[in-house]
Amino acid sequence: MAIQPLEFEVPIYELEKKLEELKGISELVDKDIENKIYKLEERIQKVKSNIYRNLSPSQKVLVARHPNRPYTLDYIGAIFEDFVELHGDRLYMDDPAIVAGIGKFDGEPCMIVGHQKGRNTKENIYRNFGMPNPEGYRKALRLFKMAEKFNRPIFTFVDTPGAYPGIGAEERGQAEAIARNLLEMAGLKVPMITVITGEGGSGGALAIAMGNKVLMLEHSIYAVISPEGCASILWKDASYSKRAAEALKLTAQDLKSLNIIDEIIKEPVGGAHRDHETTFSNVKKALKKYFNELKQYSSDELFEMRYQKFRSMGVFSE
Amino acid sequence: MGLRTFLLDKIQKVTEIKKREIQKDVWVKCDKCGEVSYKDDIQKNYNTCPSCNYHFKVSAIEKINMILDPGTFVEIDANLKSLDPLGFKDSKRYVDRIRDTVKKTGINDAFISGYGTIYKKPVHIGAFEFSFLGGSMGSVVGEKITRLIESAISNRHHVITISCSGGARMQESILSLMQMAKTSAALKKLSNEGLAHISILTDPTTGGVTASFAMLGDVHIAEPGALVGFAGPRVIEQTIRQKLPEGFQTSEFLLQHGMVDMVLHRREWKDTIYKLLEFFG
Ligand SMILES: [Zn+2]
Repeated sequence: MAIQPLEFEVPIYELEKKLEELKGISELVDKDIENKIYKLEERIQKVKSNIYRNLSPSQKVLVARHPNRPYTLDYIGAIFEDFVELHGDRLYMDDPAIVAGIGKFDGEPCMIVGHQKGRNTKENIYRNFGMPNPEGYRKALRLFKMAEKFNRPIFTFVDTPGAYPGIGAEERGQAEAIARNLLEMAGLKVPMITVITGEGGSGGALAIAMGNKVLMLEHSIYAVISPEGCASILWKDASYSKRAAEALKLTAQDLKSLNIIDEIIKEPVGGAHRDHETTFSNVKKALKKYFNELKQYSSDELFEMRYQKFRSMGVFSE
Repeated sequence: MGLRTFLLDKIQKVTEIKKREIQKDVWVKCDKCGEVSYKDDIQKNYNTCPSCNYHFKVSAIEKINMILDPGTFVEIDANLKSLDPLGFKDSKRYVDRIRDTVKKTGINDAFISGYGTIYKKPVHIGAFEFSFLGGSMGSVVGEKITRLIESAISNRHHVITISCSGGARMQESILSLMQMAKTSAALKKLSNEGLAHISILTDPTTGGVTASFAMLGDVHIAEPGALVGFAGPRVIEQTIRQKLPEGFQTSEFLLQHGMVDMVLHRREWKDTIYKLLEFFG
C-alpha cells in the first residue's frame, strides 16, 4: 500500500522522489550521477533523522496512529514461532479487536495477546478500529489464566484508541471487564512483558498492559485520554488537541522520565512505519533481554514485584 | 395614592418578600417530580424526596454518616495533597485549580477515608467528594484508596467504598491511569486475605473509577436513579451517532444487566450492609 506522507514528512518524500528520478537516469550511464545519488541518500538520512529526532507530541500522535505501523499480528508473525490463534471469551462472542494465541518465543512456549487494528476500511470495520468490546478483555483474561495454569510467560502488545464506547459494550459491562483484568493481572504468577507499539488509549490499553516490564516504542503514546477528548473537555474545543497532546505528557520519553515505563525501544530512523524489519528486530532484542531477566524470579517474586511496581505509582505530598 | 395606602402597600410587599425568603429556606422543590417538601422531612428521609424517592446529591461525609454509627468515624490520610507533576495547564494551571478547590471545599482532595462501626461492627470506609474537581481520581485519591485497603488488611476489616466520580483526573494523565491499576491490585490482596469489598455506586460514577475498584466489589449496591457507566453518555452518542434509550446507564439498567446486586434506597444501606458483614464474618 502506498504510504501517505504526514505533513512534516513531506521534505523526506520530495527528496526520495528526486532520488528515484536520479536512479532512473543513471541507467543512461553517468559517473557523476552515482556520486549524486550517494550524496542525496546521505542527505535524506540526515533530513529524516533531524525531523524524527525533533517530533512534537502532536506529531508523535500522528506517527503512533500511522496506518502502516506494524500491528500485533505483524509482530507475532515476525518475532514468534508456531503461533496458534485462540478465539472467544466462552461467554458471549469472539472480539476481533483483540487477537490472542499460543506461540514460541526463542523456542519457549508462551501466550501472546494484543490489540489488532485493520489496514483498510473493511478490515477496520471487522477489527472495530482496534477498540475492544468487553469480550475482547474477557478473552484476554481467559488466556492470561491459561498461561498461568501452565506456567507460561505472557507477552502483550498494546495499540488501541481505547475501549469501545457503545450501547452493547455498556450493557455487557465494559467497565467490569476492564476492572476485572486489572485485578487479575495484578495477581498473575507468571512473567508478563508489555509493549506499547502505537496508541496506548487509556483504560482500554491498561486492561492488557500490567506487565512486570512495560516497554514503549520510541514514537508510541500512552495517556489517560486522547488529546482530542481532553481538548473537548478541558478547552471545550477539540481543535485544541495540539495543546492537549503537549499537556498530557503522552510520549514514550515523558513516560520514561516519570518512571511509568521500563525502556524505550528505538525505532528505525523515519519511524516504524517505514521499516518494519528493523522494528521487529529491535522489539525482539528488548523482549529477549527482559524475558531472560524475569526468568530468574519465582512466581511469588513475580507477583510481588508487579504489585510493588504499580503500588509505587503516583505523585503527592504528605 | 395617599401616603397611608402607599406605606401599607410597601409594608405588605416587604413582609411578602421576607415570607418568601423564609419559605425558600424551609421548602425544597424536588428536581425530579417537582413536588415541594419540607426541608426537614427531606433531611430526615436521608436527603431523598418523600414523594418520589429522588436521591438529592449529598456530600461524601454525609454518605459515610448514613452508614456508620453516629460519632464513630475516624478519618485517616487527610493530609495527603496533590502536586502538579506534569505542570498541567489548560485555561487555568492545575496547581491553582487545586489550591482554589481546597479553599472552596475545605478538604484536601476528592476522597475521604477512615474507619468506624456499623452496629458496633468495625469497618473501613471511604467516599468520593464530587464537589472536588468532579470527584476525579488522581494520585492522591488512588493512594488514599490503596492505603484504606492496606489498613483494612492489617486490621482485618472489610472495606466499603462509596463512589461518585467523573473518572480519572486528566490533569495527572498517565499517573491517574495508573491509579486504576494500583487500587485494583490492592483489592487483589484484600481478596487474597479473605476480606470483603462492598462497592456503593452513587450518582454519577463513570470512567476510570467504574473501570477499576468500583466494579470490583464482592457486592455492588447502586443508589436509585444514579448514572453509572464506563463511557459518558455524550461520548457514546457522538460515537454511535444516535440518541441513547431512556434509562440507559442508570442503576436500574445495571441491575437488569447483572452489573449490580441491588438498587437500594439510602435508608436501607446501613441495615443491609450489616447483614452482609455478618455473612462475611
Ligand atoms: Zn420527587
